[in-house]
This record gives sequence, C-alpha cells and structure tokens, in this order.
Amino acid sequence: MKKINNLIALIFIFGMISCSQENKNTESATTTDNSTAVSGGQEGVADDVSQKDVVKIAIGSADHTTLVAALKQAEYVNDLSNAGPFTVFAPTNAAFDALPKGTVEELMKPENKDKLQNILEYHVAIGVYKIENMLDGQTINQANLDNITLSVKDGKVMVNNSAHIIASIPASNGIIHVIDAVLLPPAK
Amino acid sequence: MKKTLNVLTGLCLLLIIFSSCKPKNAVNTVSSNAAAKSYVAPGKYDEFYNFVSGGFSGQMSVYGLPSGRLLRVIPVFAVDPEKSWGYSEETKPMLNTSHGFVPWDDLHHTELSQTNGEINGKWVFGNANNTPRLARIDLKTFRTAEILELPNSGGNHSSPFGTENTEYIVAGTRFSVPPDNVNGDVPISSYKQNFKGHISFVSVQPESGEMKIAFQIKTPGVNFDLARCGRAKSHGWFFFSCYNSEKANTLLEVNASQKDKDFIMCVNWKKAEEYVKAGKGMKKNVRYAHNTYDENKHSATSTFENDVIMLDPKDCPDMVYFMPCPKSPHGCDTDPTGEYIVGSGKLAAIIPVFSFTKIQAAIANKTFDGAYDGIPVLKYDAVLHGEVKKPGLGPLHTEFDANGNAYTSFFVSSEVVKWRLSDLTVLDRVPTYYSVGHLCVPGGPTKKPWGKYMIAYNKITKDRFLPTGPELAQSAQLFDISGDKMKLILDFPTIGEPHYAEAIPAELISKNSTKIYKIEDNKNPYVTKGEKEAKVERKGNEIHVYMTSIRSHFVPDNIEGVKMGDVVYFHVTNLEQDWDVPHGFAVKGAPNSELLIMPGETQTLMWKPERTGVFPMYCTDFCSALHQEMQGYIRVSPAGSSTPITFSTGTNQPKSNP
Repeated sequence: MKKINNLIALIFIFGMISCSQENKNTESATTTDNSTAVSGGQEGVADDVSQKDVVKIAIGSADHTTLVAALKQAEYVNDLSNAGPFTVFAPTNAAFDALPKGTVEELMKPENKDKLQNILEYHVAIGVYKIENMLDGQTINQANLDNITLSVKDGKVMVNNSAHIIASIPASNGIIHVIDAVLLPPAK
Repeated sequence: MKKTLNVLTGLCLLLIIFSSCKPKNAVNTVSSNAAAKSYVAPGKYDEFYNFVSGGFSGQMSVYGLPSGRLLRVIPVFAVDPEKSWGYSEETKPMLNTSHGFVPWDDLHHTELSQTNGEINGKWVFGNANNTPRLARIDLKTFRTAEILELPNSGGNHSSPFGTENTEYIVAGTRFSVPPDNVNGDVPISSYKQNFKGHISFVSVQPESGEMKIAFQIKTPGVNFDLARCGRAKSHGWFFFSCYNSEKANTLLEVNASQKDKDFIMCVNWKKAEEYVKAGKGMKKNVRYAHNTYDENKHSATSTFENDVIMLDPKDCPDMVYFMPCPKSPHGCDTDPTGEYIVGSGKLAAIIPVFSFTKIQAAIANKTFDGAYDGIPVLKYDAVLHGEVKKPGLGPLHTEFDANGNAYTSFFVSSEVVKWRLSDLTVLDRVPTYYSVGHLCVPGGPTKKPWGKYMIAYNKITKDRFLPTGPELAQSAQLFDISGDKMKLILDFPTIGEPHYAEAIPAELISKNSTKIYKIEDNKNPYVTKGEKEAKVERKGNEIHVYMTSIRSHFVPDNIEGVKMGDVVYFHVTNLEQDWDVPHGFAVKGAPNSELLIMPGETQTLMWKPERTGVFPMYCTDFCSALHQEMQGYIRVSPAGSSTPITFSTGTNQPKSNP
C-alpha cells in the first residue's frame, strides 16, 4: 500500500517535471548541430513500429474523444504515455453524455482542473488487471487512492455496480477496459 | 649491434629535440569557442556516429560526434554479462573457435561497408588480433551478426580492411606461423624454413553480408601490419604493410629493425580471382569456425569449415609485388583518388608516398630491384611519388580530407601533422595528449571524405583526466579541421584501448535502426508467444521453462518440482512490442550472467542448482512502475523427491495460518 502511494507520488513528480520542461524551453544559441530536434515528453516520441500505448489507442478511438480531451485538459497525456503499466477504465463519449447536463463543460474549466484530475485518476490503476484475473467483490485502489469495487457475474464485469466493461484492449503499456458509465469518486 | 646503438642514440636525441618543442600548456591549444563546437544540447542528436575499436576490451564502442557521448558498447569478441553475450545459450556459439569457446579477444580495427567507395551504413567489421577472427556487426541492430575464424594465421592484425564495394574484407597475419595443415611441432628457430605468412580474402555476400574465405595467399614469413584497398583508379589492388623482413623469431624489438627498408606488399586481387577461377588454387585441409546469428531464431549456430583455397605466388605470376618502404612500416593508407599510397615507417623520420601510376609503370617495365623469396621487388625510386621530409618522429597512420590533404599521427612526438599530398608540404601540426595511435576523419578511408573533424586516439593520458588509480582511461581528442589550422575542441575517455575508428553521418544509420523484434517473426525453437503457452516441461534431467515477461510479471513466476541433478533452462520470451522496453532475468546463485531480452526476443539461461531450497528470480532491467514487483520463486527439492512439476502465476495463493 505504502509502495503504491510512493509510486503515485513518483508519477506526480514525473508529471511536474514534464510541466516544468514545457515552461522552460532549453533552446540554446550555441548549438552546433542541425539534426532532428527531440522535445517534450514520451507522447512525442516518433514511433510507427511499436504497439500503441493506452493514450494512442484512446486517441485513435472515435468513441473516446471526450476522454481524450479531458486527459489533455488534465495534462495526463504524457503520464499515460509512460512505461506504466496502467489499467485504464475508459468511459465512452456516450457515458460522458449521460452525466447531468453541463457537468463535462464545468469540469473542463481551468479552475476545476483538480477536480477533473481526481476523476480521471479514479479511472486509472497502476498494474495490469485482466478480466480473467478479476474476482467478484475485488477492490482496486486507483491512482487517486480511492477504491473501485468489481462484481463478476457469468464472466461479465461491472465496476461500482454502475459501469459495465464492454470491451478490453491490450496496449503496449497496459490495458484499456472500455466502460459505459463514468466512475465518480466517493464523496468526501 | 653498434648500428642499433647508434640508431637508439639518434632516436633519443630526436626525442629530446621534439619534446622540448612541445607546448607546455594544453590550454593554449584549445580555441576559445571549443565548447560551442562540441556542444550538443540535451535532446539533440549528434552529427556523426563514431565506431571505435575497444582494443583489449574485445568490444566496439559507439560515440556521438561532436559531443563524445558514449551511445553503446557492442559486445563482439568478449563476453558481456550486461547483455548476456556469451552467457545465454543463444549467444554462446558466437564465441566458438577451433580452439573451443574463446571468451575474449583484442579488437583493433573497424571497417564500415562501402558501395562504390563510399560508406553505405550497412555493416561495420572488426578484427580479433589474438585468436584470428573477423566479425560483422549489423548496423540496423548494432549487434554482432557473424564471426569467422581465420586458419593459417597468428594474430589477425592486418584486418578488417575492405575493398570499395566490400567485395572482400582482408585478413593478414601479424605473426607468421607454420601452416595449420602441417605438423606445427617444429623448433621455433626453424622460422625461416617452416613459418609462413598468409593473407585471407574474405568475400562478403552483398545482400546478406555473409562472409566466406574466398582464397588465401601464401607469403614469405614476414609480419603483416596494416592494409588498405586501392580505390578509384587503383580499384582491384590491395596494399599491405609488413615488417620483420629479417624473419626474426626472437627479440624483434632489435632483430626486426635491422634493415633500413621493409615492404608494402601490393596484391592484384582481380588477378588472384582469375587464378582461383582457373583452378590455380590448392585446397588445403584446415579447420575453422564460422558462427552466424539468426535474427529470426534469435540464436547463433557454429559450423566448422574444413578447407581453404590457397594461392602460391610462385604459381601465380603478376599477382604479388613487394615495394620497399623505410623502417618497419605500420600504417599503409590510400588517398581518396587512389593514386597515393602513404607508408609510415614507424622508426623513420620521413613519410614515403607511393604513386599508383608509377607502380603500374614499374611493373610494366619490370623496374625491379631483385626479388624477395621469389616475389619481385619494385625499385623504390621508380614507384615513389616523394617523401615528406622531417615531418615528426614515429609516423603511424594517415587519414585524408576532401581537399587533397593528409593527416598523419606521430606516436613518438605525440602530434598530428597536416600535409598536402600534391607537393608534400607540411601545413600544420598539433600536439596530442599523449602518444597518439590511429586517426579518424569521417569518410577518411573512402573516395569522398566528409572532413570537418579529425579524431586522434591516444594510448596514454597520464594527467589529462581525474586520476583513477594505476589504470587510466585511454582517450579520443576531437579536432576541428574545417579551417586551415587544426583546432582541438574536446577530449573524451574511451572504453578499452581505441585503435582504429571510423565515423559516418548519423542519418545513414539512424533511419534504419530496429526498434523491436516482431513477435510473430520469432522462430526461436523455445519461443513462448503468449502467456497461455507458458509451461514447464521435464525431459529426463532437463527442465525446460517456457517463460514470458511483460510489464510487470513473469509467467510462470512460481515453479516447483525441480530436483538436484536437474539442468534448468529458462527460455524467456519478452512479449513486449514496445520500443526500449527490454526485460531482464536473473536467478539467485546461478553461476551465469543475467539475461537481457529485447522486445519480441527469446533468450535462454542455463542453471544447474547446486543446493536445495527456494530461489528468487527477478527482472533486472527497470521496466515499469511495478518493476520491483516483477519477481518469482523456483523451488529445488532433493534428488528422488516426489514434488511434482507445478507452475503458475497469480493462482498459487498463500495458505492462511492455521
């Protein structure tokens, strides 16, 4: 448990480092070479050969444009392009649309970034949780440190008794479980 | 003896003169904008790859230029536990020889493959100077793809230099030895009767790169030192420097320095090809290893060859000529036009420059100065373009730029001298720190040098870096040669001892670099293509573990049923298909290295447990946030135990306490 907390702290630190890199541009006037520039985080690595990571898969999915926009707003694209491994519960556009009117727009406002980050972290676990290893009643501690609870019936998995896993897509740095409802962290 | 003493006294005097001329303070020789010239900003790429021989490390290293950043050490002739080279079952055959498994060698020279006299970025070759071998490294993967042993050789020093389309890589023996197919149990003092030199011409298959000894040429018992191909107008010829024309077999320091001239041997290899085709070669019974690494099987195989075709110059007129060259020549370098062959008598105070046009005329007119062991010796004055007079002391090696200039290293006077080929005028000289050996100009040994930089590889560093006890790093020194004067811009330490090196524009290689091995192409007989296929099988006393690794677990990670006396083979397949995500594997107590397995690859670690118990195993390469969780256990029971083979991941849950 402590270890997971440390890991999450680490991931946050990575996130902060990548933010500070974006702010400070280390362009130097004395550079002699004219070669290809490499900048930004791992999401910018040019690589058409490797299997796609969780972010690239989400970006490539027409059903996840809201999620991708939210990840960008929360500045989590770089983190989720990292080595992971991650389990991402990925609500579809329809799942976001099912939220009370105006919820998504409200969360996307800059002043609500913390709130948005908390919700997105509630959709991510560190580690690879495959359907075949999921148990009825199992809890998973998510990246925001709140638990989700799984229920398994006839091989079908439901999260928090509200979201069905409707598809699972392996990624280079983990796995995506597509869900049909947005998971809301327990009220504090 | 007296003569030797005189020479030595002269040498000492010269030394004193030269050393007194040397600048006292290195700072003086560093230009003020040196830092900017070698600075490559974080995240930016270097302009050139620099392939540097690792000398007695047995490896080859790759640096970026102009930064001097170490990019990779490629294991070649020496085992490398970091990369499981020579430790995994798949790589062990690469180091097989007719002498058995040889885990080390001394890699002196590099040769980048060429097309039409220009570097093509496909392969780099390396030579083994102790147990004679040639290696070919694939520049898509930066891995050693092939190692070929060379028979009839003793120390493959005059190697691995190639022709302008890499038709051949040559391998000249540094030690003459009794040939492999005769009884070698002869008195050493019978050198003159029984010892022979041999030069191998190794053909390189243009597509696959596969090497084969096309033929060998039997030569007098001299010591071959270095070599260069003819290029452009001299394409079809090869030039080999040799020393010890005295045929000494002891105290060569003195006894091989008697004559005022040794030789550069000129070989018309197109003629040699004709003789081979005409059946003039004799098949000689020898034994040598040929090891190849199959990129799809992810494993090496050794085959043993049993003969070579030998050409004897006695039966093959007009194929080999000797050209006199002052005082134990070392370097032998052909300029970009192919007209000039620069010899470097390491004990001489001149640099002789030979003319290919004059060599051809001397051969046509039979302007000979007698013969050496039946091989015609060309008249020195007839083939000489001219001599660079008093350039420095101890000339070793020469590289070229695109503007008709040559750069020669001087070991004894620790300097590099720039001179003009056309009129042999000395243009500039710079000190090196200290005792320089080889030089490298990007594209220097080709028809089209890129110039821009010259790198000097130094044998001795003394006070140049922070001290690290008695053993100090050798070094490379980077000079800017874009202007009239050579300007020192960077020192950087190297691995092992750097001998020759070559540099190549980065884009010729970087665009082809392999990122992952495709799992569907994996033909390793022990591959496990998915976690469901993972298993443990007993075959007699062999336990085969078909294991997978992916972020962040092994399948299986709990194994029981191994017994004392068993030999365990862990066949680990890295299921990742993601760039730069290798997994490692190690098991406690194994007298072996780790495995380092690239994405899509299978590698095997062999382990004979020497005690009973439970042994941890883990991933050695920080792969992910849960890398530290990537671990498992294997249980070893006594011989005769009834513990059955079981294996699992995630299901062998702890039993609760009673």
